[in-house]
Amino acid sequence: MSQTPSPIGLHKQLDAIWRTPPGLARLSSVNHTILGKRFMALALLFFAIGGLLSMLIRAQLATPNSAFLGPDIYNQIFTMHGTVMMFLFAIPMFEGFAIYMLPKLLGARDLAFPRLTAYGFWCYLFGGSILIIAMLAGVAPNGGWFMYTPLSSKPYTPGINADVWLLGITFVEISAVTAAIELFVTILKMRAPGMALTRMPLFAWYMLVTAGMMIIGFPPLILGSILLEMERAFHLPFFDPTRGGDPLLWQHLFWLFGHPEVYIIFLPAAGALSTIIPVFAQRPILGYRAIIAAIVAMAFLSFGLWVHHMFTVGIPHLALAFFSAASALVAIPTAVQIFAWIGTLASGKPRWDIPMLYVFGFFAVFVCGGLTGVMLAMVPFNTQAHDSYFVVAHLHYVLVGGFVFPMLAAIYYWLPHISGRQSLYRLSIPAFWLILIGFNLTFFLMHLTGLMGMPRRISTYPSNWGWDWLNLLSSVGGFILTMGFALVLADMVLQFRFGARFRRDPWQAGTLEWATATPPPSYNFAAIPHMDTRADQLRPARIGPTLAGGDGYLGFARNGEQETLAVDMMSGDAEQLIVLPRRSYLPLWTAMATASFFLALLFKLYWLAPFGALATLVLFLCWPIGLGSKSDRGPIDIGRGLAVPPDVEAPDNVTVLANRTALVMNGTLFASLLFGGLFLLVVAPNWQGSSAPTLPLWAGALAVVASLSAAGASAMAARRPGSVLPLRAGLVAAIALQVLALTLLALSMGALGDPTGHARQAVPFVTLGYAALHCGLGAIMAAHALWRHAQGYVSARRRTELVLARLWNGYAGGVVVLALGLVALLGLNGVAP
Amino acid sequence: MFKPVALGATPLLLTGCTGALSTLDPAGPRAANLATLWWVMLYGSALLFALVIALFAMAYLRPAWVARITPVQWIVGGGLVLPIPILILLTGTALVLGEQLLPRGDAPLRFGAHAERWQWNFTYPDGREMSDDVLHIPAGQPIDVAVSSADVIHSFWVPRLGGKIDAIPGHENLIRLEADEPGTYWGQCAEYCGPGHDSMWFRIEAHTDEDFTALMEGGQ
Repeated sequence: MSQTPSPIGLHKQLDAIWRTPPGLARLSSVNHTILGKRFMALALLFFAIGGLLSMLIRAQLATPNSAFLGPDIYNQIFTMHGTVMMFLFAIPMFEGFAIYMLPKLLGARDLAFPRLTAYGFWCYLFGGSILIIAMLAGVAPNGGWFMYTPLSSKPYTPGINADVWLLGITFVEISAVTAAIELFVTILKMRAPGMALTRMPLFAWYMLVTAGMMIIGFPPLILGSILLEMERAFHLPFFDPTRGGDPLLWQHLFWLFGHPEVYIIFLPAAGALSTIIPVFAQRPILGYRAIIAAIVAMAFLSFGLWVHHMFTVGIPHLALAFFSAASALVAIPTAVQIFAWIGTLASGKPRWDIPMLYVFGFFAVFVCGGLTGVMLAMVPFNTQAHDSYFVVAHLHYVLVGGFVFPMLAAIYYWLPHISGRQSLYRLSIPAFWLILIGFNLTFFLMHLTGLMGMPRRISTYPSNWGWDWLNLLSSVGGFILTMGFALVLADMVLQFRFGARFRRDPWQAGTLEWATATPPPSYNFAAIPHMDTRADQLRPARIGPTLAGGDGYLGFARNGEQETLAVDMMSGDAEQLIVLPRRSYLPLWTAMATASFFLALLFKLYWLAPFGALATLVLFLCWPIGLGSKSDRGPIDIGRGLAVPPDVEAPDNVTVLANRTALVMNGTLFASLLFGGLFLLVVAPNWQGSSAPTLPLWAGALAVVASLSAAGASAMAARRPGSVLPLRAGLVAAIALQVLALTLLALSMGALGDPTGHARQAVPFVTLGYAALHCGLGAIMAAHALWRHAQGYVSARRRTELVLARLWNGYAGGVVVLALGLVALLGLNGVAP
Repeated sequence: MFKPVALGATPLLLTGCTGALSTLDPAGPRAANLATLWWVMLYGSALLFALVIALFAMAYLRPAWVARITPVQWIVGGGLVLPIPILILLTGTALVLGEQLLPRGDAPLRFGAHAERWQWNFTYPDGREMSDDVLHIPAGQPIDVAVSSADVIHSFWVPRLGGKIDAIPGHENLIRLEADEPGTYWGQCAEYCGPGHDSMWFRIEAHTDEDFTALMEGGQ
């Protein structure tokens, strides 16, 4: 390993380790470059489908009294258009982009959990396919993309349509969940040595904040979907006002996700802008720290705005004022970024090239959408504009302006990285003008259509309201827009086929991704660089060949293992050597098992669903087999005269951080459930005179004691990893106690009273069910640690499994306490009016 | 307080915006205030939009004009000094306006609007119920409508008289409206409620006081 091979020789050695073989073996790929491309390609396919649906919408609305599509078909189409664009295009698109780009930008060879990336991709593919197949079969969701109850509840949507949405989208959401955790951990831990947090390129900052927002933002929607599906499938009332539920609970849960979601989509695109603009301004970004402060502020504010989607539901005006002010406030961090970007251009030597054309499109369209956003934040105006075409116009200005235009700029900027070729045919210029003109013709007029009274989501309209010419022009604009997108697609195809090849760094960029060969090799970097400066002011064309020659960290192939580095989160000092798992079919099998669970629920084969869940769990338990180390290796040479321990011997490795992150996410889900219970208690109608849930006090108290003791026992095991007996005794005790707690909680669920009668029984039922599930997971994590210990993977130094057992058992203990607290609260006799 | 401003701010363009459902063709003081708010925000936004685009254009076309602006001036000036006063003024105005529009104080006549897929049933202050999608009210005085729903969520919206309020099963929401003159004012369901959402129209007939009294007495 010390004799340095030639760059070509080194490439061959590393590629033999990292590459995905052709043929069917592609299905086993876990490589982030391949999966990032798959995510993006699939997202673009869904974008085309969503675009086709929008063409049908515009064809239908072009003329009054149109008989092209009836309301039944039209309702499915507009629901699917929104759903596809939000959940199957926008989110997976930026996920794929981040999956592809982040390791290259940060100087890592892959993401922290490559097999999880693959699992996420399969979940996305399968879940998205469920929705599209349902649409082709004519049973697509038809409740609008925010699925308001009770319209989406069983009495008003008796068919499978709403289940397709709830189950399909939740399935797809798994990929968002896994991507969020993985990106968060990767950004914090897997950077090139020397890249302190304060030296990260801005795109990594944007993605760090985005991933953090996804960790907090997605659980409320997932919980809402689970509760609504349980109401639909098992008649447990949460949203049904006649049985103590409240349709407004759905709106709160949905928009608790839905509003941050807008920023979750915008921030990655803004990150791309913050990367592209300095390159064409030919100077570093202006206000690096101010931008970081702005995106963090935006993330915080975005969780305090959700009610501005609910200004007309009858919430007291002074409460609305708070959300109105917060919504207006979000304009400030946005303005900071906008002026930082313009200032960067103004104080540099701006060049004009195709990506900048789309950046200009972004400014023109997004600023307009931001301004109408401030208008809509004003409660009185909102009562007129809400649910009218004004909102349709606004949201397209924000999302197309804030996401699609930046992504088009990003495509023109980064596609050469993927294809290894430069854009040659300047189709991009007419394409841009068609898109810009088409877009504004379609959507600018919709502001007026809305102000003239046209509500959203009507399938047709009579000729007497004065909307005819506006709608006709919008439809014409829509088709011009589509032609523009078709030209972009043609341009991309031509680039792959005929574009001129180039050496490194065609744009004279300042970030590390351009230091790879293009198209990038399977291992990204033959050696990992050391960062002495901020990582957006590099000279990729100079660094690239050095790294390809193996000059840097890990500039060699060793033991046939996929090696990369982990660093200290803050300082970026090299800290651990990570050996990544190899390609595997396990993610595919696991995703198929997960699909069987969702399909069983969809087709109401409820007896089959537990088997699907069990198969998924068993397959997940197979993932660690063969990973890890049975001996302590101590510090290992990583080149440049440094030696660091392998990650399995480090106390705070990526696995532990990922589990902590997962628990935060899980905790948000549980907090949403507690919020839901309290919300129903305080706000929902028909609680007066409802009967309190009956809980055997001894069972509850004993469950608390058992679960907390299990947490203590697993903590004890984690503290004494060296001594076999206390360790095993602690873990066995934890398993036994959690099983006891689970049994007691299950008994309590049975004793509550009929959970289908009233929300006052249904909420305790699911809360205890959640607690019981987590007692079970605690037991499984303890058993897993025991098993790994028996196999020799656990030692005084290698104690990841013990830490995980401690974390999950501690979480279970906390959940049991809070769950029983909520049940006790709902059991109090004097219910608040 | 908004009336004089309304006259000044309403442009000629308005002639293209008339329509039986147009918020820009208000027929009562509440809707007029909302329309004024819109025009003011539109002009303000147009100025801000022009400023941003002009600065972007200058970076390319007249770089010398903008090259001397320092980073702090860009960020503090554009990000804080520019938006904060505008937002405070706007949010404050909207809050005051919103408070004025609330149904509170001396209770006027109270009507009921009960939505049921896909029609509106109206009740009158004397308790009478009518389900022919027409609500008769007196003109020239504020009235309250208590909005509720029998099934899914709907929304009660008469754009020329004022904003909308949702009809949510299990809840009752109140909205105050006012028509200046007798006449017909069209309304519609604004919240998607299933296949009949397209045609969930209704209308409000505003009458002079005498006519309204006669109508109420005649109906009994």
